[in-house]
Amino acid sequence: MPETSELELSRRGVLTAGAATAALVATPISAAPMPVAPSAPAPAMPVRFKVNGERRELSLDPRTTLLDALREHLHLTGTKKGCDHGQCGACTVMVDGVRINSCLSLAVMHEGDEITTIEGLGTPDKLHPMQAAFVKHDGYQCGYCTPGQICSAVAVLDEIKRGVPSHVQGDLMTKPTATNVEMRERMSGNICRCGAYSNIAEAMAEVAGAKA
Amino acid sequence: MRAFTYERARDAGAAARAVAANSAAKFIAGGTNLLDLMKIEVETPTHLVDVQDLGFDKIEATRDGGLRIGALVTNTNLAADERVRRDYGVLTRAIVAGASGQLRNKASTAGNLLQRTRCPYFYDTNMACNKRKPGSGCAAIGGYSRQLGVIGVSDSCIATFPGDMAVAMRVLDAVVETVDATGQRRSIPIANFHRLWGDKPEQDTVLKQGELITAVTLPKPLGGKHFYEKVRDRASYAYALVSVAAVIQPDGTGRVAFGGVAPRPWRVEAADALLPRGAAAVTARAFQGATPTKDNAFKLPLATRALASVLAEAKA
Repeated sequence: MPETSELELSRRGVLTAGAATAALVATPISAAPMPVAPSAPAPAMPVRFKVNGERRELSLDPRTTLLDALREHLHLTGTKKGCDHGQCGACTVMVDGVRINSCLSLAVMHEGDEITTIEGLGTPDKLHPMQAAFVKHDGYQCGYCTPGQICSAVAVLDEIKRGVPSHVQGDLMTKPTATNVEMRERMSGNICRCGAYSNIAEAMAEVAGAKA
Repeated sequence: MRAFTYERARDAGAAARAVAANSAAKFIAGGTNLLDLMKIEVETPTHLVDVQDLGFDKIEATRDGGLRIGALVTNTNLAADERVRRDYGVLTRAIVAGASGQLRNKASTAGNLLQRTRCPYFYDTNMACNKRKPGSGCAAIGGYSRQLGVIGVSDSCIATFPGDMAVAMRVLDAVVETVDATGQRRSIPIANFHRLWGDKPEQDTVLKQGELITAVTLPKPLGGKHFYEKVRDRASYAYALVSVAAVIQPDGTGRVAFGGVAPRPWRVEAADALLPRGAAAVTARAFQGATPTKDNAFKLPLATRALASVLAEAKA
């Protein structure tokens, strides 16, 4: 399987990252500042976090993003790589209860964190209400942005509940509500090039209504 | 992305010393801008010092009635803080006008101040850019400059500071608190924090290598009505073409700063004094000496109109 061999290749690449640069970490403090450049990939670093309730332990090149750790190392490929620059939202996951772009975060910075991906929200047999609503309202076409859309949508309703303000809010001292305008503004970090936006908003409205 | 070593600092002193000792080392907090730039090798640090454990994640009242915002407070938590929403509405409004929900959940207060320009020539490593590669020239001058600066720019660089949060902080006269590797502390008025490019556009701020932002303090609330009017190409999730941060008092006096126009949040105190005379008087003074390009000259009338809209709303 091409997919499997690619994954194995990238894991091997990380594991063979040499220890040759370990000595470079210790730099004399009193010395005049000089650029210190690792000549080869830095040694792999251990990181432990919980993903979808399960403890995971990895040894990673420090450059590995949380997104790549999830996809390439833990094989949780539900979370997607779109732009890899925080512009499209396909990589959205929840860390300690809030949504972030997993592509713009280093895996080693998440020691001890609790991460929830699309795989942790629901399963094909037991869909999360937001997943079920996306199916019901046809909130996707090609589906590539969908895991990010759903993670973001779940987090958005929670942000509204917690009173996190938004750009479209009138009075900042009044609690926001899950109106169409509010949800559209808060979902602006998730791009859908098929243009399923109106159906996504309907799916969210259904879940928001059921909760109210 | 170039290889780098990584450490998680236990205290501010150790973090500052680690970065001061290596001119190619950088602090990392939220990482949303730094990692973006590292992926395209515009930023190439060889060592990252993670400051997330330093405890600068609280917002506290100060003795003189203001707020002290920890450097690591996320944009979301700062915008959502009840005291900020009530007393510093311009700051909440500016923050939620920027980026996306995901980015605001990760981006820190200090990192937001330190974010780098979004000039397309800075991002494109095939182009000349004095900010990215000192002495290489500026492809933006004579290039595609619609988004770029109209005032405070130089012959070396016409980039803008792209943020929203700092524009509100400029109106509020915030102060940036830092500590360096020797333990020396500094309080830098936000007015002096971002540099005008001059002939050193590679240097965005007055911070020294290894100088760590610990907090941003806000003086006591100004009262009045708070506005952040942002004009951009999309309704959401886009950088400002022009933005206006303003606090307007019932008698028509107030303060105003402009974003998207200069290397720093642009405020001219002498222009503030003209607020009772209307938007055109204010922008004529605030943008005196502007040097727009053919592509971005529209920003000057746009700034006047955006301010006029704010002043009309203030009267309503």
